[in-house]
Amino acid sequence: MTGRMVNISKRWGFHGVEALKNASPLYKLTMGMFALLALAGVSVGLHGMITGYHHVYGVTREISWGVLISAYIFCVVTSTGLCIVSSIGHVFGGEAFMPIAKRAVFMSIVFMFGGFCIIFFDIENPFRMAIWNVISPNFVSNMWWMGTLYGMYLVFMIVEYYFLLEQNHSLSRLMGFFGLVVGIAAHSNLGAVFGMLHGRPFWYGPYLPIYFIFSAAMSGGCAILFFTTLGWKINPEIMNQRMERAIKAITQVTIFLISVIIFFTIWKIITGMVSEGKHLVIMSFLTGDYAINFWVFEIFLGMVLPLYLLIRSRGNNFNLIMWATGLMMIGIFFMRYDIVIPGQMESVYHSLGVEEAKNMLTYTPSFHEIMASLFGIGFIGLAYFAGEKMLNGHQLEKHEIVPEGGYICPGCGAIHFMEEGESEEDAMKRHHRIW
Amino acid sequence: MKFPKINFDNMKNEGTSSVTPQERRKFLKLGLAVAGVYAGGKILSLTSIVGTAHASGGSSIVKKYPYNPHYSMVIRQSLCIDCEKCVESCNKTNHVPEYGYRTRILTKKYSGTLDKQVEFIPVLCNHCNDAPCVRACPTRATFKDPITGIVRMESKKCIGCKTCILACPYDARYFSAERRAVDKCDFCWEERLSKGETQTGCSSACPTGARTFGNLTDPENIVYKLVHQLEEQVWVLRPADDTKPNIFYMKGNMRSVDNILNGQKFKYFDPDKV
Repeated sequence: MTGRMVNISKRWGFHGVEALKNASPLYKLTMGMFALLALAGVSVGLHGMITGYHHVYGVTREISWGVLISAYIFCVVTSTGLCIVSSIGHVFGGEAFMPIAKRAVFMSIVFMFGGFCIIFFDIENPFRMAIWNVISPNFVSNMWWMGTLYGMYLVFMIVEYYFLLEQNHSLSRLMGFFGLVVGIAAHSNLGAVFGMLHGRPFWYGPYLPIYFIFSAAMSGGCAILFFTTLGWKINPEIMNQRMERAIKAITQVTIFLISVIIFFTIWKIITGMVSEGKHLVIMSFLTGDYAINFWVFEIFLGMVLPLYLLIRSRGNNFNLIMWATGLMMIGIFFMRYDIVIPGQMESVYHSLGVEEAKNMLTYTPSFHEIMASLFGIGFIGLAYFAGEKMLNGHQLEKHEIVPEGGYICPGCGAIHFMEEGESEEDAMKRHHRIW
Repeated sequence: MKFPKINFDNMKNEGTSSVTPQERRKFLKLGLAVAGVYAGGKILSLTSIVGTAHASGGSSIVKKYPYNPHYSMVIRQSLCIDCEKCVESCNKTNHVPEYGYRTRILTKKYSGTLDKQVEFIPVLCNHCNDAPCVRACPTRATFKDPITGIVRMESKKCIGCKTCILACPYDARYFSAERRAVDKCDFCWEERLSKGETQTGCSSACPTGARTFGNLTDPENIVYKLVHQLEEQVWVLRPADDTKPNIFYMKGNMRSVDNILNGQKFKYFDPDKV
């Protein structure tokens, strides 16, 4: 493209390390805390890796996926969700959703990396994976597809983000589309990793792949609301009328998606109660060991409270939205935990009626597992706060940084650059390939 | 409606001599089918599973098995006395670490029964023909041996994702830190069979003959003989998972086994005499 040469930092809205240096002490302290958390997490994780996971992790032969897998799923669900919600705008052309695209895609990449950080400490031989996944693939294994599809997804998202920064809307839209398709394939396939295990009736069936996609969309809506309103706390200037409209639209979509998940959960409970294989687990949700997880975190914090608060906020009380979605993020984490652990609680020999398998199996996360999970969370927090400052709140439409020759596109909110002798309308048509 | 009163005490016994073998067989088959329906949703299907276990179709006993030698184990549940010699032998033969096991013996207690209050059920890898672990493995580190049908591990390929552990409906797998890979029963292929022996560590250590190991394709072999009895109930664990296991279970009361194996005494079972 023969566009006008513009300073790349201005072109990308990049404020650089300077912005971090100018941040308030409190902001630096917050970032420092997340950095410390990530550092502590990675050190404890590496310590576990050297000592041997079976000495330091709480997972057992029967419950071999613990809090690390839950945290990994939490991260990749959120990542896919951010991709799904942002695609409504910049892939499918829902104009109201456009202003959130940059932050959503950025955070989607960050969450994906966070997820990879966590699963690195769960896979026993992560380095072998890179070799054998390529030279000895098992095409009928969901696990293989999960790794491959998420790898592709990450590449598409990064390329998409580059084109978003470059304001190449056609290519970013195309990449966004591919990213969405691969992301949905990857994520439903993650549901199928669980859903295709014959011996685990709590997971088995088509429910989980479908649930995962809707649940991802809900998490994505929640996450983008949370990170945008938090960004507004950090830098109130990011809010303008277009952004307010976007928040309102996403609030509406999130309310709808929470209702969908409530619907899913109700039927999961009701059908589970009449299924011999699921009954015990469902009862432990309702009245047993997992009752607090289920009722307080999953139902109240994850669904009912945010639903109420988001409706009350009417999409324009940003403080309320921030609290609702922040608490909802915690609830969503427990939702993931409540999928992973209870699915393994019932021994495969339980229905044989033997003494060894009479009781439900129990699992408590160990210090090492919690810290290794916090490595990913710390990384995500750090990247978010750094991104808000360095990428200028993911905004391009702030007037002071619109460079010479550029203008804010009324359609997409990004800055477009006019070529010599071109009108704004011509430039917009060229950028959006409208002829 | 009135039912005619039948005086059972004064009825004349017709005797078993008047029942033809065909009728007798038909009746037993019916009994098996009824038991199968009754227990179909349970972990134990009491119907003979041989036909459905090997994909060749048909409800009759199949003559063809997909592997040769098709290694299999028949566990005669009532002969197990929980001496754990099999577990010991397995641990020793295969260098199983303390925190793991390849086989174990489960205990089932009964109340209100007249003959036995407890039963021991040895469990191990079922070397399923349709193994969920093999499908789940992303790198083909676990595979079905194309000749023997043994589900084996190629440790160097194992990335340690632990999906196979969860995929297994028999809890037959654990992660071995020493091997840096998931470890499981391989019917002692590495340590015994590939070196020319014919018995696994556990089956050779079993003093009662509760565990019998052999080749299901050989009509002279004990496992063939044990499984191919119409009048014995043979079942597999978790039939609903449809994994087509190769570990068969039966009660194994002395008399019927005696009949098949021509008077061999089973109090102290010697598999090499078969």
